[in-house]
Amino acid sequence: MAYEDSYAGIRPIVPVAPRTVRILERVNRFPWWAVAVVLIALITARTIYLSETYLEAFQFIVAGLSVTMMTTLTAFMIALVIGLITGMGRISHNILGHNIATLYVELIRGIPMLVLIFFIALVGVPTAVQLLNSFGHWLLALGLDGIAQPLILLENKGVPMNVRAIIALAVTYGAFLAEVFRAGIQSIDRGQMEAARSQGMTYWQAMRYIILPQAIRNVLPALGNDFISMLKDSSLVSVLAVRDITQVARLYAGQTFRYPEAYVTLSVIYLSMTMLLSMLVKVLERRYRTHER
Amino acid sequence: MNDKSEMIVMRNVWKQFGSLQALRGVNLTVRQGTVLVIIGPSGSGKSTLLRCINRLEIPTHGEVWVDGQLVVADERKLTPLRAEIGMVFQHFNLYPHLSVMQNVTLAQQIVRKRSRQEAERIALEQLERVGIGEKAYNYPRQLSGGQQQRVAIARALAMNPKIMLFDEPTSALDPEMIKEVLDVMLMLAREGTTMVVVTHEMNFARAAADEVIFMDEGQIVEQGTPEQIFTSPQHERTRQFLSQIMV
Repeated sequence: MAYEDSYAGIRPIVPVAPRTVRILERVNRFPWWAVAVVLIALITARTIYLSETYLEAFQFIVAGLSVTMMTTLTAFMIALVIGLITGMGRISHNILGHNIATLYVELIRGIPMLVLIFFIALVGVPTAVQLLNSFGHWLLALGLDGIAQPLILLENKGVPMNVRAIIALAVTYGAFLAEVFRAGIQSIDRGQMEAARSQGMTYWQAMRYIILPQAIRNVLPALGNDFISMLKDSSLVSVLAVRDITQVARLYAGQTFRYPEAYVTLSVIYLSMTMLLSMLVKVLERRYRTHER
Repeated sequence: MNDKSEMIVMRNVWKQFGSLQALRGVNLTVRQGTVLVIIGPSGSGKSTLLRCINRLEIPTHGEVWVDGQLVVADERKLTPLRAEIGMVFQHFNLYPHLSVMQNVTLAQQIVRKRSRQEAERIALEQLERVGIGEKAYNYPRQLSGGQQQRVAIARALAMNPKIMLFDEPTSALDPEMIKEVLDVMLMLAREGTTMVVVTHEMNFARAAADEVIFMDEGQIVEQGTPEQIFTSPQHERTRQFLSQIMV
């Protein structure tokens, strides 16, 4: 109290920068890039609205939007499950679990995504179908007809490209998300696990009730950013002739030779989705940060 | 092992961290209803000894018995045994994503299989016992260090443990908050709780301990009543340590 009192009446001297410097600083800090983005969006929207060819391109390409969205959403959901399990495997003391998880992550990280998509869709899925077939035959030999029949009847041809694309994206991103979850779990203080274990919780109970709720909250922004990455990477599935917006845009360009119309429109569609999502992630991040305190 | 009054027995316990021998053949008995205080310089193995009791630290060699049961690696036997051993940590280790009430009820529900109502009733009882009942619906981050540590004590007590372990419970606290935690511990000691306490609070040791152990370099150097250790220590190393901290 006395400490504060002794300063009463003394006006603190705040250094004030000259007016011109302050204005310059504001100009420098202003997010001009955002203005540019808004301008691009407005100009494109106007062009699409006014130009007949752009409007035609837009209407043609938008037809692929549901495929892009469905592919991304489904693959991401599956990748979350794979990632969580693999992430826990990576930090597990179980030798088998740890090594399998690490092998998977290292293999995926070492191969370009485009190659992985070809590989999983055209080599991985057929191999898996064959394995399931022989597993079905094995079950049949055991007399388990009910489970065996659908496995035996599974045909490689029967797996549509859309499904292959989803599997490919999910397996690839599963490895990325595993690292996100691993980092999230490792960011939780060791004392949390010790406190839980000292109370007689099992490892899995401690994970479920103590570690994962905190870890997942910590990695939500990172997961959001990976979702945005996946939305962009979903364009790669066009190589499997899946009719997402990229594939549809390529078809349009090929038919009409209107390259600017096709690719400007395509880019702007991606951009508006990713910008919107990254704004959401930022809001989410800020909300959790204020909740912390 | 048939003697029921022996709550903790350690036989020739060794613990090695890499090239460091943290414990070098510790033998120890704690009887039911007694308070054992472990003192010693940092790095002497006090905390390691304490953590070997509920196997948060796995002894390299030797046996630990708690309430007549060997503390083993087998999860199915270890987990129920741990529920009988309450532990209070230096850094509280409350669950920050759960309210005070949830902190105290969670393990009661999933380990002790109590109903929510029963767990909450016991939680309130214990929170009031440590003088913090009115904070039941706050979150740990809204409490002071001393209050957090008392919640941690209530969390351990709510499991109705047979033994309470305290690992430097006041070392991370601001000086003015140490007393409120020590008062609670003193109360528990007077009520006949079996306690093992690692601490630097010599006044607490004098007031609460039935037995004091002085440790150095992973070994028990001297063992006796607080009177014996503090007023007439037998070993030079004990005298040296006590003279350094009792200014």
